Amino acid sequence: MEKERHVLVVFPHPDDEAFGVSGTIASHVNLGTPVTYACLTLGQMGRNMGNPPFANRETLPAIRKKELKDAARAMGINDLRMLGFRDKTVEFEDENMLTNLMSSLITELNPSLVITFYPGYSVHPDHEATGAAVVRAVEKIPAADRPKLHCVAFSRNCVEEIGEPDIVYDISAVADIKLDAIRAHRSQTELMLEEMADKLKEKDPKTLAWLNNERFWTYKFS
Amino acid sequence: MDPVILSEVQEALDRFKDKEVYVHLETTNGAYASHNNESFFSSGAYIRNAKVTYERAKITGEGPYRTGLKIPFGWVYAEGITHFEIDDKGRLLLAGHDFNGKLAVALEISETPFE
Ligand SMILES: [Zn+2]
Repeated sequence: MEKERHVLVVFPHPDDEAFGVSGTIASHVNLGTPVTYACLTLGQMGRNMGNPPFANRETLPAIRKKELKDAARAMGINDLRMLGFRDKTVEFEDENMLTNLMSSLITELNPSLVITFYPGYSVHPDHEATGAAVVRAVEKIPAADRPKLHCVAFSRNCVEEIGEPDIVYDISAVADIKLDAIRAHRSQTELMLEEMADKLKEKDPKTLAWLNNERFWTYKFS
Repeated sequence: MDPVILSEVQEALDRFKDKEVYVHLETTNGAYASHNNESFFSSGAYIRNAKVTYERAKITGEGPYRTGLKIPFGWVYAEGITHFEIDDKGRLLLAGHDFNGKLAVALEISETPFE
């Protein structure tokens, strides 16, 4: 992993960073690199309320806000920006406004690496809209001055259409931090972690590979 | 939230009768439904802070329950309601959780706008 000047991570939902990127984030933090995490929404529309439910539609935003802060602390991020959008509405916002918002973050922070979702291959409409806004903002910068743009993709057709990820980090050295970050999003991850607990204990190869490998596609500007 | 107690929910519904109230109504399969199961048709609807005044309201069924609000020129209804809560702001929160405990439907009524 290269030492970066500054890493900017842009995702729409608290917990988007946890599964695919938290190990990478923790590794950058360990190298002494400042990391900014801009999270567009509070995941207000999350469907996991606990079983039996300990959250409801109205208490969920505050719960997820705290979980997001806890996760940021676990990863060692000290610049967390909550951008104040509402879950599942990002794609309906004005595209120019979103682009300008991303441009202003990039101008302010001057990151050498930006991490977001790969538009077209990231399933949730908020993921697509967020990734697309970041791509538009980076695209506006002259090619020679652009930060690196690493994207997360997980749609069924992604490998078929954009190939295998060109970056795969083994984050096993910080796997504990990653698990803490996942755990921090308790309302959304508790059930899944329960199902995974035995597999982790048995060191099931598939589960470990899923946990320890973080995959990115360098964005290809056309 | 607690499992629906019909009398308590009905009482709360009646308290908002003939008042100007704000309604939150949503149904959802989750944004990942079609990703997880390609043969699944994903759909949902959402309205937040619709201002209505209803003349009658009823929760009924054997559980999961159905709830309908009769408004001057139409209706508001939700089905699949399993849980309720009257929160510290006096708002009535109704929700339906599916077999995995995930929220599938919500109908909420408040005298002040939801944030
Ligand atoms: Zn997400």
